[in-house]
Amino acid sequence: MATAVQASVERESYLNHDYSLKSWLLTRDHKRIAILYLISITAMFFVGGFFAMLIRLELLTPAGDLVSSDTYNKLFTMHGITMIFFFLIPSVPAVLGNFCIPLMVGAKDLAFPKLNLASWYIFMIGATFALVSMLWGGVDTGWTFYTPFSTTYSNTHVIGTALGIFIAGFASIFTGLNFIVTIHRMRAPGLTWTRLPLFCWSNYAASIIMVLGTPVVAITILLVALERLLHIGVFNPALGGDPLLFQHLFWFYSHPAVYIMILPGMGVISEIVACFARKRVFGYEFVALASISIAVLGFLVWAHHMFVAGISVYAALVFSLLSYFVAIPSAVKVFNWTATLYKGSIRYDTPMLYAFGFIGLFTIGGLTGVFLSSLGVDVHVTDTYFVVAHFHYVMVGGMVLAYMAGLHFWWPKITGKLYPEAWAKLSALLVFVGFNLTFFPQFILGYMGMPRRYHAYPPEFQVLNVMSTAGASVLAVGYVLPMIYFLWSLRYGEDAGPNPWNAVGLEWMTPSPPPTHNFEETPVVTWEAYDYEHQPEQQEVAVGH
Amino acid sequence: MWKNLPLFPEQASSIASQVDGLYFFLVSVSVFFTVLIFVLVFVFAVKYRTAAHPKAEHIEGSLPLELTWTLIPLGITMIFFAWGALIYFQEGRPPRGAMEIYAVGKQWMWKFEHETGQREINSLHVPLGRDVKMIMSSQDVIHSFYVPAFRIKADVLPGRFTTTWFRPTKVGTYHLFCAEYCGTEHSGMIGEVVVMEPPAYQAWLAAGGAAPTMAANGKELFSQLGCATCHRTDTQGRGPNLVGMFGRPVQLADGRSVIADENYIRESILNPQAKVTAGFQPIMPTFQGQVTEESLGALVSYLKSLSQPQQKAEVGAPQQASAGESN
Repeated sequence: MATAVQASVERESYLNHDYSLKSWLLTRDHKRIAILYLISITAMFFVGGFFAMLIRLELLTPAGDLVSSDTYNKLFTMHGITMIFFFLIPSVPAVLGNFCIPLMVGAKDLAFPKLNLASWYIFMIGATFALVSMLWGGVDTGWTFYTPFSTTYSNTHVIGTALGIFIAGFASIFTGLNFIVTIHRMRAPGLTWTRLPLFCWSNYAASIIMVLGTPVVAITILLVALERLLHIGVFNPALGGDPLLFQHLFWFYSHPAVYIMILPGMGVISEIVACFARKRVFGYEFVALASISIAVLGFLVWAHHMFVAGISVYAALVFSLLSYFVAIPSAVKVFNWTATLYKGSIRYDTPMLYAFGFIGLFTIGGLTGVFLSSLGVDVHVTDTYFVVAHFHYVMVGGMVLAYMAGLHFWWPKITGKLYPEAWAKLSALLVFVGFNLTFFPQFILGYMGMPRRYHAYPPEFQVLNVMSTAGASVLAVGYVLPMIYFLWSLRYGEDAGPNPWNAVGLEWMTPSPPPTHNFEETPVVTWEAYDYEHQPEQQEVAVGH
Repeated sequence: MWKNLPLFPEQASSIASQVDGLYFFLVSVSVFFTVLIFVLVFVFAVKYRTAAHPKAEHIEGSLPLELTWTLIPLGITMIFFAWGALIYFQEGRPPRGAMEIYAVGKQWMWKFEHETGQREINSLHVPLGRDVKMIMSSQDVIHSFYVPAFRIKADVLPGRFTTTWFRPTKVGTYHLFCAEYCGTEHSGMIGEVVVMEPPAYQAWLAAGGAAPTMAANGKELFSQLGCATCHRTDTQGRGPNLVGMFGRPVQLADGRSVIADENYIRESILNPQAKVTAGFQPIMPTFQGQVTEESLGALVSYLKSLSQPQQKAEVGAPQQASAGESN
């Protein structure tokens, strides 16, 4: 062990083999592309967070007094667009997946390294379109672009923003394609499907959705642009179109897209729970199968966003039923993670604290989703703060916590450095407390009947809104802290060594940061996934190389 | 700001207590599972912490357990499903004999018209205990009619009628919100629903002055627009006789059959070639752009009145109107 640490000081890694800007911008190394994505989406996260902060400040008082109605409408629209299309969708796959999947399957890189680089450039072009549209005056359609408002009535930069999302969609397709082919074709000898880490399974499932779903939203956006620019009647009834057609097409992608966002996060949690409980994930096959079921069923539930939109009661019945089916695999995962803890040997390092937070908040997010599948209750709470709270519990309480958990887990692998553990634990605590204070009151607001996207609201809703804004400020501190100590660790952090968590998995059997080609020689896998029981023998194998 | 902190909405419609019943059931089950997961995670995390339990025990999965936590949640959710669907079916089907109020949403106001012809903006007066069916459409973008105290919500779309209904059970004034984002003043597209004792409601109607009823307005339009020229009340017209048509099946020229409801009438006025009645030529011109949403409501109301037995007496009137029509 000691010799390994010493060797890492002068050892060549993917980070230090070439420092030129060109070597970064033209890299085909999945690890460097992951870093490029990390920087880009972190910037987008803080842009989206800035919008959120203004929204919460406006809602501190019932009157619409901080910003104008138009500005407020643009703020929540741009918050949603930035966070969903330019942060959450790429977050775990394009950063952690990009970095870890080739390492986890024992490959030198992804199947198509140039396509991977192209994915980042396309993402940046899309993000540029969206950001320039925002600077130019923004867009006020809501991230959902409902017609005919978006095609006929909005006077803002719908086309520029939509084009940004259209372009960024291809980045997502490329990433998904790369993961699917890599996981099929480039697994190390002995790494069978049933030995594959669950992180790979869940990213594989998300990739299927990316490849099959994203083209549909691209087509939908094109149709919006056609109607807006050329007045071809597709969605606007005044031109002979149908506004509900838009909602069907939009949610056909955008509902599965929430599984693009959450599935990779679930993968992160499986890795972390196994590592810090020192146990194989309970019911491995069921957790893997649950990911695939979610990907498949996720395509069959889109119209549950439309129960009050004017669809037939029989259609609503079918979509309600199917929505319950898609809830089951998520529940199965939560039960299996919990069971994994049983008779483990549990450590409370920062990634595990985030994972605990994920399990709790995702449980609440998932269960409140069941409320929304229930037709009678959905009629009352849809389009209210109940929905806002529900999806933030899944997307922030679930996905962002999983992403933070993953960043803290793999940061030593990515950079070779350890971050200050005490500060990291504090950040996990702040995020958990701040998050609950922000979003739990919104469930109550929603059932009270406060509609979403309201710039001004009746005075009886104020107390709960003040609580929410107070929580958001705690949450903001919880997000800024990691930014500081991660950067700090790059310079001052202790060397991590190849395996600071004593974890199993091929990514931990190569030095940190890994060499450009990941492994000195192709590893041969002779053990099951999460084989913490036989870990000592494995380590010998790794050191033997 | 503290003196006013309600945590639960008022129940003011017949459906509200049913929705709340299901909601409380959902809350109980959710609290149970949330507490279960939190307690298990907490207990395991403390009991099996490394210091107390240095060596993890290797445990494979368990098929019986997997089946348990797949099938039990599935069973429970099927209860949610059935219960929610029952409520939704009630919400989706206005009872027979409900009084009808027409609503038009536009950026950013609500316009209502009672059958008796009273109009109001951003305020809706309804009698206690009566079933009220809302027949709604939008002049521009999608809006949504939402009364939290009634637990009902229905999107209001351009280009079609949507409906919802409620039976108020408590006198009072309640929030009316637009729940579908509709542009700049979306949060200003609010109003109030005033539930009144039936005598007070009658007095309120009477105080509005003697406005012509919606059906009378529709009849006027029917003659102004020249509809009566072809849609005569005998069998000689170039268009079908519309007396008694509403709510009945219509045999179409292409062999299909549709129920003549509000949306069928709207489509036949704005896009007459879409569903031509069997035995008639597709010669009717479109009235797209010539009739407002309010006029469509009035025409629908008039055609409905032609199908109500007690108003058969009025049938003669359109004939006279058509006779007086020169074009």
